[in-house]
Amino acid sequence: MSRNNFNLLKSKHQTNQNISLILGVLFFSVGIIDFYLNNYFNTNITSFLPRIINFFTPLIFGVIGLHLIRIEFSGIKILDNLNKNINTSNFNAVLSTSIILLIIFAAPPLLNWLIFDANIAGDSKEACTGGGACWVYIKIWFNRFMYGMYPNAEQWRINVTFIAVLVFMAAGFFVPTRLRNYLSLYYTLLLPIISFILIYYIISGGSFGLVWVETGAWGGLSLTFMVSFFSLIFCFPLGMMLALGRRSNLPIIKYSSLSFIEFWRGVPLITVLFMSAVMFPMFLPEGTYIDKLIRVVVAITLFEAAYTAEVIRGGLQALPRGQYDAAKSLGMGYWRMHVFVILPQALKLVIPGIANTFLALIKDTPLIFVVGLLELVGMLNLAKTNPKWLGFSMEGYVFAGIIFWIICYSMSKYSQNLELKYKTDR
Amino acid sequence: MKLKKILPQVLTLLFIVLVFGFFTMNAQENMGARGLEFGFGFLKTQASFDIQFSLIDYDGSHSYARAYLVGLLNTLLVAFIGIILATLLGAIVGVARLSPNYLIRKTASFYIEFFRNIPLLLQIFFWYFAALRALPMLEDAPMLLNSSFMTIKGLYTPAPIWTNFDIFFTTIIIAMIIIFFFAKYAKKKQEQVGKRLPVLIISLAIFIGLPLLTFLIGGVDLSWSFPVIRQMSQSSYTFDGGLKIPPELIALTLALTLYTATFIAENVRAGIQGIGKGQKEAAASIGLTPSQVLKLVIMPQALRIIIPPTTNQYLNLTKNSSLAAAIAYPDLVLVFAGTAMMQTGRAIEIVGITMATYLTISLGISLLMNWYNKRIAIQEK
Repeated sequence: MSRNNFNLLKSKHQTNQNISLILGVLFFSVGIIDFYLNNYFNTNITSFLPRIINFFTPLIFGVIGLHLIRIEFSGIKILDNLNKNINTSNFNAVLSTSIILLIIFAAPPLLNWLIFDANIAGDSKEACTGGGACWVYIKIWFNRFMYGMYPNAEQWRINVTFIAVLVFMAAGFFVPTRLRNYLSLYYTLLLPIISFILIYYIISGGSFGLVWVETGAWGGLSLTFMVSFFSLIFCFPLGMMLALGRRSNLPIIKYSSLSFIEFWRGVPLITVLFMSAVMFPMFLPEGTYIDKLIRVVVAITLFEAAYTAEVIRGGLQALPRGQYDAAKSLGMGYWRMHVFVILPQALKLVIPGIANTFLALIKDTPLIFVVGLLELVGMLNLAKTNPKWLGFSMEGYVFAGIIFWIICYSMSKYSQNLELKYKTDR
Repeated sequence: MKLKKILPQVLTLLFIVLVFGFFTMNAQENMGARGLEFGFGFLKTQASFDIQFSLIDYDGSHSYARAYLVGLLNTLLVAFIGIILATLLGAIVGVARLSPNYLIRKTASFYIEFFRNIPLLLQIFFWYFAALRALPMLEDAPMLLNSSFMTIKGLYTPAPIWTNFDIFFTTIIIAMIIIFFFAKYAKKKQEQVGKRLPVLIISLAIFIGLPLLTFLIGGVDLSWSFPVIRQMSQSSYTFDGGLKIPPELIALTLALTLYTATFIAENVRAGIQGIGKGQKEAAASIGLTPSQVLKLVIMPQALRIIIPPTTNQYLNLTKNSSLAAAIAYPDLVLVFAGTAMMQTGRAIEIVGITMATYLTISLGISLLMNWYNKRIAIQEK
């Protein structure tokens, strides 16, 4: 090994191996302890060294330590694993030590702020005395972050609707086998209608003795879910039509789909929302008013449909030509061929892609603040300007970040699993 | 048979014409009711609003067209910086993700999973309202690198002061042209004689040497203006001289870079993983050095996989830069679709222009990248 050329302390003898092992562990620990003391006790055990070297002593000691314990086939299982994984060369040793030092540097203050010094008891700003996060703020504003300005007494209506929609969604899994063929019809046509009716009559209210709550008062995380749910459900069939249109042989249909897709994919969502807010009312007859929320859902639907169309087109293109030929040779027409042969296979291929689009859609919903609808992030910005609760923006953003992260991370893991599953199927 | 082909097309056309006709008719009626007339004449009138941060000379007395240009340049500035930084970071993280070192690998994937699963808008808000607001006031800011100050009002760095900048700039362009032809010549030479010229070193020498020469003989001179703190009154301070980078720009660039780099990193990883191990071994077995293997065998193939999805990310970054409006960075959307529209009330024209601009940028970048992609694609014979 060329490494041994400049390696004075290390040799292949058993005794030397033990010595270098002990020395290495010693060096490494000195480096870590030095760093720890520097950072948390303001004492510097290596202050006798010149300043430039002094700053790097933890790193240098750590790397020397790792260099010394880099013994090939020492016979000690833990050591061999360690060497194989984080200590294969001097360069890797430098990187590993830096990362370990970085963790020591960053983790304790972060944990202190998040958990150990944080305040959760109490119900006013004064309860927050520690140096850490003030979770009281989140606790007090939790209802607002979830339901927006929706009246407190009426919030059960949102919960009931959400549970009902979830039940209707889950119902699809329990239908008897002979009705299975109508399942996609149920999900694409019936479920949106049912959900819309539920939301209209229960959340919006105005009849059956329920108080009318205007859409401007809706908000928080529940609005995020509503907007993304409806946009997803509507953008799917539209995207499918566009994808088929783009692959059509008829020039007018092909080019109108193409330009529709390229147009929506070329502009940022924020301008689309601007359009729905200020430009779209100009296109309607005098006196017609369409609710802001509906306009937003339509805008996001059109926007996401273009992306969905491209995803579905990918699935259509991935199908072998033989499938088309086979369907045609059975005498199927365009629609029969697509509904019974092509789409069922293509859609199965693009489920992960659709999940990714949905993920992007959820991450895009905070943008609806530009038209004045306040979902979770919008509510945070509203709450942080409240004179009673100034100075807690960090807690709010961390809280929202955690919620979005959990939603998006679990979805992306789920879509990755689907991807693996369908890969093996084919 | 003929009818089956014509009928759907006619119906589609009819539908499109009807929708557009309906919208146009209503728009005309509505604008008439508000006393507006469709047209772009307003662009020439005086804008009379100020913009916080501008790359070109601008104040309230300039026209709306000039304000549009200011916004557009600010958008392009963020997109340009963001694309460069995100590409660098993404490439490093993407390679790190495949590192044999467990800690590096896990750190890279932690970074990717963390930043890609949080909405970009939230990240922008976090950096702007939470992180950058925790910076010190002007008077308390420590000096960084003996020249700059990172304060709550932004980053103050030394500003270059050029004399005869145009000569310097022309020389750089000339150097680039020379390098271009030199690279062509070197390639031709290699094909004829089989000898590789040290293109990179000579190019670098030309690129650095020629502009340096202008300092000696061309009368070009560069000095730095350092930011110096000055007390204006009891508690208000300001910096004289230097270059001020506003916190909005920093927050936006930071968020866009960190967010987009995660996607680019995944593309880079997929690209490198997509190259079979046999390629590397085959290249090594015909006697190429490791750096030649990387440069001549691995990279050309990996780039082919990496570039198309990365182009998409560049487009996304450019489009996402419009979120600037949320933190009042004066980009195209805020300046033009925000302030200018509020003042003129010309929703259709202004939103139309804004969308057309983004469309042009998007199509421009994708055309450029398609051209590049075609250039490096496999030349099948």
